[in-house]
Amino acid sequence: MTVVRSEVVQILTGDDVVRVRQDVRARAVEAGFSLVDQTKIVTAASELARNTLDYGGGGTVLIERVDVGGRKAVRLTFEDQGPGIADIEKALTDGYTTGGGLGLGLGGAKRLANEFSIASNLGQGTRVSITRWK
Amino acid sequence: MANQTDVTLFKVLGGQEHAILTDWQNLLKAGGALQTGRIKEAELDTQCKTFLSQLRASVGTDGGVDKSGNSYSSLRSMLGDISRSRAVQGFSPTETAGFVFSLKQPLFNAINKSSDDAATKAASIWYTSLLLDELGLYTIDVFAKTREEIIARQTREISELSTPVVKLWDGILALPVIGTLDSERTQTIMENLLQAIVDQGAEIAIIDITGVPTVDTLTAQHLLKTIAAARLMGADCVISGIRPQIAQTMVHLGVELNVVSKANLADAFALALARVNKTVVSVKALSRVQKNGPAE
Ligand SMILES: Nc1ncnc2c1ncn2[C@@H]1O[C@H](COP(=O)(O)OP(=O)(O)OP(=O)(O)O)[C@@H](O)[C@H]1O
Ligand SMILES: [Mg+2]
Repeated sequence: MTVVRSEVVQILTGDDVVRVRQDVRARAVEAGFSLVDQTKIVTAASELARNTLDYGGGGTVLIERVDVGGRKAVRLTFEDQGPGIADIEKALTDGYTTGGGLGLGLGGAKRLANEFSIASNLGQGTRVSITRWK
Repeated sequence: MANQTDVTLFKVLGGQEHAILTDWQNLLKAGGALQTGRIKEAELDTQCKTFLSQLRASVGTDGGVDKSGNSYSSLRSMLGDISRSRAVQGFSPTETAGFVFSLKQPLFNAINKSSDDAATKAASIWYTSLLLDELGLYTIDVFAKTREEIIARQTREISELSTPVVKLWDGILALPVIGTLDSERTQTIMENLLQAIVDQGAEIAIIDITGVPTVDTLTAQHLLKTIAAARLMGADCVISGIRPQIAQTMVHLGVELNVVSKANLADAFALALARVNKTVVSVKALSRVQKNGPAE
Protein backbone atom coordinates (compact mmCIF):
# COMPACT_ATOMS: atom_id res chain seq x y z
CA MET A 1 0.00 0.00 0.00
CA THR A 2 1.30 3.45 -0.88
CA VAL A 3 0.33 6.81 0.55
CA VAL A 4 -0.17 9.33 -2.24
CA ARG A 5 -1.00 12.29 -0.08
CA SER A 6 -1.81 12.91 3.57
CA GLU A 7 -2.81 15.69 5.92
CA VAL A 8 -3.82 16.04 9.56
CA VAL A 9 -6.85 18.16 10.43
CA GLN A 10 -7.70 19.31 13.95
CA ILE A 11 -11.24 18.69 15.16
CA LEU A 12 -11.98 21.22 17.88
CA THR A 13 -15.20 22.95 16.78
CA GLY A 14 -18.30 22.32 14.71
CA ASP A 15 -16.72 24.29 11.87
CA ASP A 16 -13.83 21.81 11.84
CA VAL A 17 -16.32 19.03 11.16
CA VAL A 18 -17.47 20.93 8.08
CA ARG A 19 -13.84 21.30 7.00
CA VAL A 20 -13.17 17.59 7.46
CA ARG A 21 -16.13 16.81 5.21
CA GLN A 22 -14.86 19.21 2.56
CA ASP A 23 -11.30 17.87 2.66
CA VAL A 24 -12.48 14.25 2.55
CA ARG A 25 -14.71 15.05 -0.42
CA ALA A 26 -11.76 16.66 -2.22
CA ARG A 27 -9.62 13.53 -1.69
CA ALA A 28 -12.48 11.27 -2.81
CA VAL A 29 -12.87 13.30 -5.99
CA GLU A 30 -9.11 13.07 -6.59
CA ALA A 31 -9.34 9.30 -6.22
CA GLY A 32 -12.04 9.28 -8.89
CA PHE A 33 -14.83 8.07 -6.60
CA SER A 34 -18.36 7.95 -7.99
CA LEU A 35 -20.89 10.34 -6.47
CA VAL A 36 -22.30 7.52 -4.34
CA ASP A 37 -18.88 6.53 -3.01
CA GLN A 38 -17.98 10.16 -2.34
CA THR A 39 -21.17 10.62 -0.36
CA LYS A 40 -20.55 7.43 1.62
CA ILE A 41 -17.04 8.31 2.75
CA VAL A 42 -17.96 11.95 3.43
CA THR A 43 -20.93 10.90 5.55
CA ALA A 44 -18.86 8.36 7.47
CA ALA A 45 -16.23 11.07 8.04
CA SER A 46 -18.92 13.40 9.34
CA GLU A 47 -20.10 10.79 11.85
CA LEU A 48 -16.64 9.97 13.15
CA ALA A 49 -15.55 13.61 13.28
CA ARG A 50 -18.56 14.50 15.37
CA ASN A 51 -17.99 11.61 17.73
CA THR A 52 -14.37 12.76 18.11
CA LEU A 53 -15.63 16.24 18.94
CA ASP A 54 -18.66 15.38 21.10
CA TYR A 55 -17.40 12.35 23.02
CA GLY A 56 -13.63 12.50 22.61
CA GLY A 57 -13.49 16.16 23.58
CA GLY A 58 -11.79 17.01 20.29
CA GLY A 59 -8.92 15.40 18.45
CA THR A 60 -7.47 14.96 15.00
CA VAL A 61 -8.06 13.11 11.77
CA LEU A 62 -5.38 11.86 9.44
CA ILE A 63 -6.77 12.04 5.90
CA GLU A 64 -4.86 9.89 3.41
CA ARG A 65 -5.17 9.22 -0.28
CA VAL A 66 -3.77 5.71 -0.57
CA ASP A 67 -3.45 3.00 -3.19
CA VAL A 68 -4.42 -0.43 -1.93
CA GLY A 69 -3.50 -3.31 -4.24
CA GLY A 70 -3.87 -1.12 -7.31
CA ARG A 71 -7.12 0.42 -6.13
CA LYS A 72 -7.45 4.09 -5.30
CA ALA A 73 -8.67 4.60 -1.77
CA VAL A 74 -9.20 7.16 0.97
CA ARG A 75 -8.20 6.24 4.52
CA LEU A 76 -9.26 8.22 7.57
CA THR A 77 -7.87 7.82 11.06
CA PHE A 78 -9.63 9.66 13.88
CA GLU A 79 -7.88 10.01 17.20
CA ASP A 80 -8.80 11.57 20.50
CA GLN A 81 -7.52 11.56 24.07
CA GLY A 82 -11.01 11.43 25.55
CA PRO A 83 -12.60 9.03 28.06
CA GLY A 84 -12.52 6.04 25.70
CA ILE A 85 -15.33 3.55 25.06
CA ALA A 86 -16.04 0.95 27.75
CA ASP A 87 -17.97 -1.49 25.58
CA ILE A 88 -17.17 -1.20 21.89
CA GLU A 89 -19.67 -3.91 20.94
CA LYS A 90 -22.42 -1.90 22.57
CA ALA A 91 -21.27 1.40 21.05
CA LEU A 92 -21.54 -0.22 17.62
CA THR A 93 -25.10 -1.35 18.26
CA ASP A 94 -27.70 0.63 16.34
CA GLY A 95 -29.69 2.86 18.62
CA TYR A 96 -27.15 2.90 21.45
CA THR A 97 -26.31 6.45 22.47
CA THR A 98 -25.08 8.16 25.59
CA GLY A 99 -25.46 11.64 24.13
CA GLY A 100 -29.09 11.85 23.03
CA GLY A 101 -28.27 11.06 19.41
CA LEU A 102 -29.79 8.44 17.16
CA GLY A 103 -27.04 6.01 18.08
CA LEU A 104 -26.40 5.19 14.44
CA GLY A 105 -23.16 7.02 13.68
CA LEU A 106 -20.50 4.51 14.64
CA GLY A 107 -22.27 1.46 13.21
CA GLY A 108 -23.27 3.52 10.16
CA ALA A 109 -19.67 4.58 9.53
CA LYS A 110 -18.64 0.92 9.67
CA ARG A 111 -21.28 -0.03 7.11
CA LEU A 112 -20.31 2.86 4.83
CA ALA A 113 -16.64 1.81 4.73
CA ASN A 114 -14.85 -1.14 3.15
CA GLU A 115 -12.54 -1.49 6.13
CA PHE A 116 -13.17 -0.46 9.69
CA SER A 117 -11.10 -0.76 12.84
CA ILE A 118 -11.50 0.67 16.29
CA ALA A 119 -9.27 0.72 19.36
CA SER A 120 -10.15 2.36 22.62
CA ASN A 121 -8.68 2.47 26.11
CA LEU A 122 -10.63 3.77 29.05
CA GLY A 123 -9.22 7.06 30.23
CA GLN A 124 -6.78 7.23 27.31
CA GLY A 125 -8.78 7.80 24.18
CA THR A 126 -10.14 6.31 21.02
CA ARG A 127 -8.82 5.62 17.55
CA VAL A 128 -11.12 4.78 14.65
CA SER A 129 -9.85 4.05 11.18
CA ILE A 130 -11.86 3.52 7.98
CA THR A 131 -10.89 2.93 4.38
CA ARG A 132 -13.05 3.11 1.32
CA TRP A 133 -11.90 2.37 -2.21
CA LYS A 134 -13.28 2.78 -5.70
CA MET B 1 9.04 56.94 22.85
CA ALA B 2 10.06 60.52 23.51
CA ASN B 3 8.63 62.14 26.60
CA GLN B 4 7.72 65.36 24.91
CA THR B 5 6.76 66.40 21.48
CA ASP B 6 9.30 66.88 18.73
CA VAL B 7 9.72 70.55 17.95
CA THR B 8 11.54 69.90 14.70
CA LEU B 9 8.67 67.81 13.36
CA PHE B 10 6.17 70.44 14.42
CA LYS B 11 8.08 73.20 12.64
CA VAL B 12 8.57 71.12 9.52
CA LEU B 13 4.83 70.35 9.38
CA GLY B 14 4.13 74.07 9.47
CA GLY B 15 6.89 75.42 7.27
CA GLN B 16 7.12 72.74 4.57
CA GLU B 17 3.51 71.61 4.53
CA HIS B 18 3.06 72.18 0.83
CA ALA B 19 6.22 70.32 -0.22
CA ILE B 20 5.40 67.42 2.08
CA LEU B 21 1.87 67.19 0.77
CA THR B 22 2.99 67.17 -2.86
CA ASP B 23 5.70 64.59 -2.18
CA TRP B 24 3.29 62.36 -0.30
CA GLN B 25 0.55 62.55 -2.92
CA ASN B 26 3.03 61.75 -5.67
CA LEU B 27 4.33 58.77 -3.71
CA LEU B 28 0.84 57.43 -3.08
CA LYS B 29 -0.10 57.78 -6.73
CA ALA B 30 3.16 56.24 -7.92
CA GLY B 31 2.43 53.35 -5.56
CA GLY B 32 -0.81 52.76 -7.42
CA ALA B 33 -3.22 54.20 -4.86
CA LEU B 34 -5.62 55.31 -7.59
CA GLN B 35 -5.10 52.42 -9.99
CA THR B 36 -7.89 50.19 -8.76
CA GLY B 37 -10.37 53.01 -9.19
CA ARG B 38 -11.80 52.36 -5.76
CA ILE B 39 -11.00 55.90 -4.67
CA LYS B 40 -11.16 59.20 -6.55
CA GLU B 41 -8.16 61.52 -6.82
CA ALA B 42 -10.01 64.40 -5.19
CA GLU B 43 -10.99 62.22 -2.24
CA LEU B 44 -7.44 61.03 -1.74
CA ASP B 45 -6.10 64.61 -1.93
CA THR B 46 -8.59 65.78 0.67
CA GLN B 47 -7.68 62.89 2.96
CA CYS B 48 -3.98 63.74 2.67
CA LYS B 49 -4.58 67.42 3.37
CA THR B 50 -6.84 66.83 6.34
CA PHE B 51 -4.48 64.24 7.76
CA LEU B 52 -1.47 66.55 7.57
CA SER B 53 -3.18 69.47 9.26
CA GLN B 54 -4.61 67.19 11.95
CA LEU B 55 -1.19 65.69 12.46
CA ARG B 56 0.30 69.14 12.96
CA ALA B 57 -2.37 70.05 15.51
CA SER B 58 -1.79 66.80 17.40
CA VAL B 59 1.99 67.08 17.38
CA GLY B 60 1.62 70.68 18.59
CA THR B 61 -0.25 69.66 21.72
CA ASP B 62 1.45 66.30 22.18
CA GLY B 63 2.12 65.26 25.75
CA GLY B 64 4.54 62.76 24.25
CA VAL B 65 4.04 59.57 26.17
CA ASP B 66 0.66 58.27 25.12
CA LYS B 67 -0.60 58.56 21.58
CA SER B 68 -4.00 57.27 22.61
CA GLY B 69 -4.46 60.39 24.71
CA ASN B 70 -6.49 63.50 24.02
CA SER B 71 -4.16 65.32 21.67
CA TYR B 72 -4.43 62.47 19.15
CA SER B 73 -8.12 61.71 19.51
CA SER B 74 -9.35 63.65 16.49
CA LEU B 75 -6.49 62.37 14.35
CA ARG B 76 -7.36 58.82 15.38
CA SER B 77 -11.02 59.29 14.66
CA MET B 78 -10.20 60.65 11.22
CA LEU B 79 -7.86 57.72 10.55
CA GLY B 80 -10.55 55.35 11.84
CA ASP B 81 -13.02 56.75 9.29
CA ILE B 82 -10.50 56.35 6.49
CA SER B 83 -9.70 52.74 7.49
CA ARG B 84 -13.35 51.81 7.78
CA SER B 85 -14.19 53.18 4.36
CA ARG B 86 -11.14 51.40 2.88
CA ALA B 87 -12.24 48.12 4.44
CA VAL B 88 -15.70 48.53 2.93
CA GLN B 89 -14.29 49.62 -0.45
CA GLY B 90 -12.29 46.41 -0.62
CA PHE B 91 -8.75 47.69 -0.06
CA SER B 92 -6.16 45.30 1.33
CA PRO B 93 -4.69 45.91 4.82
CA THR B 94 -1.34 46.77 3.19
CA GLU B 95 -2.93 49.41 1.01
CA THR B 96 -4.78 50.83 3.99
CA ALA B 97 -1.76 51.09 6.27
CA GLY B 98 0.32 52.25 3.31
CA PHE B 99 -1.56 55.53 3.42
CA VAL B 100 0.18 56.37 6.69
CA PHE B 101 3.51 54.60 6.15
CA SER B 102 4.10 56.31 2.82
CA LEU B 103 4.24 59.62 4.66
CA LYS B 104 7.53 58.60 6.29
CA GLN B 105 9.79 59.40 3.37
CA PRO B 106 8.42 62.91 2.67
CA LEU B 107 8.62 63.74 6.37
CA PHE B 108 12.17 62.40 6.71
CA ASN B 109 13.23 64.42 3.67
CA ALA B 110 11.71 67.56 5.10
CA ILE B 111 13.34 66.98 8.50
CA ASN B 112 16.68 66.43 6.81
CA LYS B 113 16.43 69.77 5.06
CA SER B 114 15.27 71.61 8.16
CA SER B 115 18.45 71.66 10.23
CA ASP B 116 22.20 71.16 10.14
CA ASP B 117 22.43 69.43 13.47
CA ALA B 118 22.70 65.69 12.93
CA ALA B 119 21.63 64.77 16.45
CA THR B 120 18.47 66.89 16.24
CA LYS B 121 17.59 65.39 12.89
CA ALA B 122 18.18 61.84 14.09
CA ALA B 123 16.03 62.36 17.16
CA SER B 124 13.28 63.90 15.11
CA ILE B 125 13.32 61.11 12.54
CA TRP B 126 13.19 58.50 15.30
CA TYR B 127 10.25 60.27 16.89
CA THR B 128 8.42 60.59 13.58
CA SER B 129 9.03 56.97 12.72
CA LEU B 130 7.57 55.73 16.01
CA LEU B 131 4.60 58.04 15.67
CA LEU B 132 3.76 56.92 12.14
CA ASP B 133 4.25 53.26 13.07
CA GLU B 134 1.72 53.63 15.82
CA LEU B 135 -0.77 55.43 13.60
CA GLY B 136 -0.25 52.91 10.80
CA LEU B 137 -0.90 49.99 13.13
CA TYR B 138 -4.00 51.75 14.35
CA THR B 139 -5.40 51.82 10.81
CA ILE B 140 -4.84 48.05 10.60
CA ASP B 141 -6.67 47.51 13.89
CA VAL B 142 -9.66 49.46 12.69
CA PHE B 143 -9.49 47.78 9.30
CA ALA B 144 -9.55 44.30 10.85
CA LYS B 145 -12.36 45.20 13.20
CA THR B 146 -14.45 46.56 10.35
CA ARG B 147 -13.92 43.40 8.31
CA GLU B 148 -14.98 41.27 11.26
CA GLU B 149 -18.15 43.31 11.60
CA ILE B 150 -18.88 42.85 7.92
CA ILE B 151 -18.36 39.09 8.16
CA ALA B 152 -20.55 38.80 11.26
CA ARG B 153 -23.30 40.75 9.55
CA GLN B 154 -23.10 38.64 6.40
CA THR B 155 -23.21 35.45 8.45
CA ARG B 156 -26.41 36.63 10.11
CA GLU B 157 -27.88 37.64 6.77
CA ILE B 158 -27.04 34.34 5.13
CA SER B 159 -28.55 32.39 7.99
CA GLU B 160 -31.78 34.36 7.66
CA LEU B 161 -31.86 34.41 3.89
CA SER B 162 -31.08 30.76 3.46
CA THR B 163 -34.06 29.53 5.44
CA PRO B 164 -37.14 31.05 3.84
CA VAL B 165 -40.56 29.51 4.18
CA VAL B 166 -42.51 30.02 0.97
CA LYS B 167 -46.20 29.61 0.35
CA LEU B 168 -46.92 27.45 -2.70
CA TRP B 169 -50.68 27.41 -2.42
CA ASP B 170 -53.31 27.94 0.25
CA GLY B 171 -52.40 25.51 3.01
CA ILE B 172 -49.16 24.38 1.34
CA LEU B 173 -45.74 25.61 2.46
CA ALA B 174 -42.31 24.83 1.09
CA LEU B 175 -39.07 25.01 2.98
CA PRO B 176 -36.05 24.80 0.70
CA VAL B 177 -33.02 23.99 2.83
CA ILE B 178 -29.67 24.96 1.38
CA GLY B 179 -26.37 24.14 3.03
CA THR B 180 -25.49 22.39 6.25
CA LEU B 181 -28.26 21.74 8.75
CA ASP B 182 -26.39 22.51 11.95
CA SER B 183 -28.13 22.93 15.30
CA GLU B 184 -28.32 26.70 15.08
CA ARG B 185 -29.85 26.77 11.63
CA THR B 186 -32.27 24.01 12.52
CA GLN B 187 -33.51 26.22 15.32
CA THR B 188 -34.07 29.13 12.91
CA ILE B 189 -35.72 26.89 10.33
CA MET B 190 -38.00 25.31 12.89
CA GLU B 191 -39.10 28.66 14.29
CA ASN B 192 -39.75 30.09 10.81
CA LEU B 193 -41.68 27.01 9.76
CA LEU B 194 -43.84 26.76 12.87
CA GLN B 195 -44.66 30.46 12.69
CA ALA B 196 -45.64 30.14 9.03
CA ILE B 197 -47.80 27.11 9.77
CA VAL B 198 -49.69 29.07 12.41
CA ASP B 199 -49.93 32.28 10.35
CA GLN B 200 -51.26 30.56 7.26
CA GLY B 201 -53.08 27.63 8.79
CA ALA B 202 -51.00 25.34 6.60
CA GLU B 203 -51.88 21.65 6.41
CA ILE B 204 -48.81 20.45 4.63
CA ALA B 205 -45.18 21.51 4.55
CA ILE B 206 -42.69 20.35 1.95
CA ILE B 207 -39.10 20.25 3.18
CA ASP B 208 -36.83 20.26 0.15
CA ILE B 209 -33.30 19.07 0.82
CA THR B 210 -31.90 19.24 -2.72
CA GLY B 211 -29.40 21.79 -1.43
CA VAL B 212 -28.16 19.81 1.56
CA PRO B 213 -24.77 18.30 0.67
CA THR B 214 -24.56 15.68 3.42
CA VAL B 215 -27.27 13.98 5.42
CA ASP B 216 -25.68 12.37 8.44
CA THR B 217 -27.33 11.20 11.64
CA LEU B 218 -27.28 14.70 13.13
CA THR B 219 -28.96 16.20 10.08
CA ALA B 220 -31.49 13.37 10.17
CA GLN B 221 -32.18 14.03 13.82
CA HIS B 222 -32.74 17.72 13.08
CA LEU B 223 -35.14 16.85 10.28
CA LEU B 224 -37.01 14.43 12.55
CA LYS B 225 -37.38 17.11 15.22
CA THR B 226 -38.66 19.64 12.69
CA ILE B 227 -41.16 17.10 11.32
CA ALA B 228 -42.37 16.23 14.82
CA ALA B 229 -42.82 19.88 15.76
CA ALA B 230 -44.75 20.61 12.55
CA ARG B 231 -47.00 17.65 13.27
CA LEU B 232 -47.79 19.03 16.72
CA MET B 233 -48.91 22.24 15.03
CA GLY B 234 -51.24 20.22 12.82
CA ALA B 235 -49.22 20.11 9.61
CA ASP B 236 -47.87 17.06 7.81
CA CYS B 237 -44.43 17.12 6.25
CA VAL B 238 -43.26 15.76 2.93
CA ILE B 239 -39.55 15.52 2.17
CA SER B 240 -38.37 16.17 -1.35
CA GLY B 241 -35.05 16.32 -3.14
CA ILE B 242 -33.35 13.31 -1.59
CA ARG B 243 -30.76 12.60 -4.27
CA PRO B 244 -29.99 8.96 -5.14
CA GLN B 245 -26.53 8.99 -3.51
CA ILE B 246 -28.01 10.47 -0.33
CA ALA B 247 -30.80 7.89 -0.29
CA GLN B 248 -28.28 5.03 -0.56
CA THR B 249 -26.13 6.50 2.18
CA MET B 250 -29.11 6.95 4.49
CA VAL B 251 -30.01 3.30 4.05
CA HIS B 252 -26.49 2.26 5.10
CA LEU B 253 -26.61 4.60 8.05
CA GLY B 254 -29.89 3.07 9.09
CA VAL B 255 -31.69 6.39 9.23
CA GLU B 256 -35.44 6.39 8.68
CA LEU B 257 -37.40 9.61 8.44
CA ASN B 258 -40.83 7.91 8.47
CA VAL B 259 -42.45 10.52 6.28
CA VAL B 260 -43.60 10.55 2.70
CA SER B 261 -40.78 11.53 0.42
CA LYS B 262 -40.70 12.49 -3.23
CA ALA B 263 -37.81 12.71 -5.64
CA ASN B 264 -38.33 16.38 -6.42
CA LEU B 265 -40.27 19.44 -5.36
CA ALA B 266 -42.71 19.19 -8.29
CA ASP B 267 -43.81 15.69 -7.31
CA ALA B 268 -44.12 16.72 -3.69
CA PHE B 269 -46.25 19.70 -4.72
CA ALA B 270 -48.58 17.47 -6.77
CA LEU B 271 -48.97 15.21 -3.76
CA ALA B 272 -49.67 18.18 -1.49
CA LEU B 273 -52.31 19.52 -3.88
CA ALA B 274 -54.04 16.15 -3.88
CA ARG B 275 -54.08 16.21 -0.07
CA VAL B 276 -55.92 19.53 -0.07
CA ASN B 277 -58.25 18.30 -2.83
CA LYS B 278 -56.82 20.39 -5.61
CA THR B 279 -55.35 19.37 -8.91
CA VAL B 280 -53.55 20.94 -11.82
CA VAL B 281 -55.19 20.55 -15.22
CA SER B 282 -54.36 21.84 -18.68
CA VAL B 283 -56.45 24.76 -19.92
CA LYS B 284 -57.45 22.80 -23.04
CA ALA B 285 -58.78 19.86 -21.05
CA LEU B 286 -60.63 22.24 -18.79
CA SER B 287 -62.47 24.03 -21.61
CA ARG B 288 -63.41 20.70 -23.15
CA VAL B 289 -64.98 19.64 -19.87
CA GLN B 290 -66.79 22.95 -19.60
CA LYS B 291 -68.19 22.59 -23.10
CA ASN B 292 -69.09 18.90 -23.20
CA GLY B 293 -69.47 17.99 -19.59
CA PRO B 294 -67.18 15.42 -17.96
CA ALA B 295 -66.02 12.56 -20.16
CA GLU B 296 -67.61 9.18 -19.59
N1 LIG C 1 -14.64 8.96 20.27
C1 LIG C 1 -15.45 8.49 21.24
N2 LIG C 1 -15.09 8.59 22.54
C2 LIG C 1 -15.91 8.14 23.52
N3 LIG C 1 -17.11 7.58 23.28
C3 LIG C 1 -17.53 7.46 22.03
C4 LIG C 1 -16.74 7.90 20.94
N4 LIG C 1 -17.41 7.64 19.79
C5 LIG C 1 -18.57 7.06 20.17
N5 LIG C 1 -18.66 6.95 21.51
C6 LIG C 1 -19.77 6.33 22.26
O1 LIG C 1 -20.47 5.47 21.41
C7 LIG C 1 -21.87 5.83 21.38
C8 LIG C 1 -22.46 5.52 20.03
O2 LIG C 1 -21.89 6.36 19.04
P1 LIG C 1 -22.72 6.66 17.72
O3 LIG C 1 -21.94 7.58 16.87
O4 LIG C 1 -23.12 5.35 17.11
O5 LIG C 1 -24.05 7.33 18.25
P2 LIG C 1 -24.25 8.84 18.78
O6 LIG C 1 -23.08 9.65 18.44
O7 LIG C 1 -24.65 8.77 20.20
O8 LIG C 1 -25.51 9.33 17.90
P3 LIG C 1 -25.48 9.65 16.34
O9 LIG C 1 -24.10 9.39 15.84
O10 LIG C 1 -26.48 8.71 15.73
O11 LIG C 1 -25.87 11.05 16.17
C9 LIG C 1 -21.88 7.28 21.75
O12 LIG C 1 -23.12 7.68 22.27
C10 LIG C 1 -20.75 7.37 22.76
O13 LIG C 1 -21.18 6.95 24.03
MG1 LIG D 1 -22.21 9.75 16.57
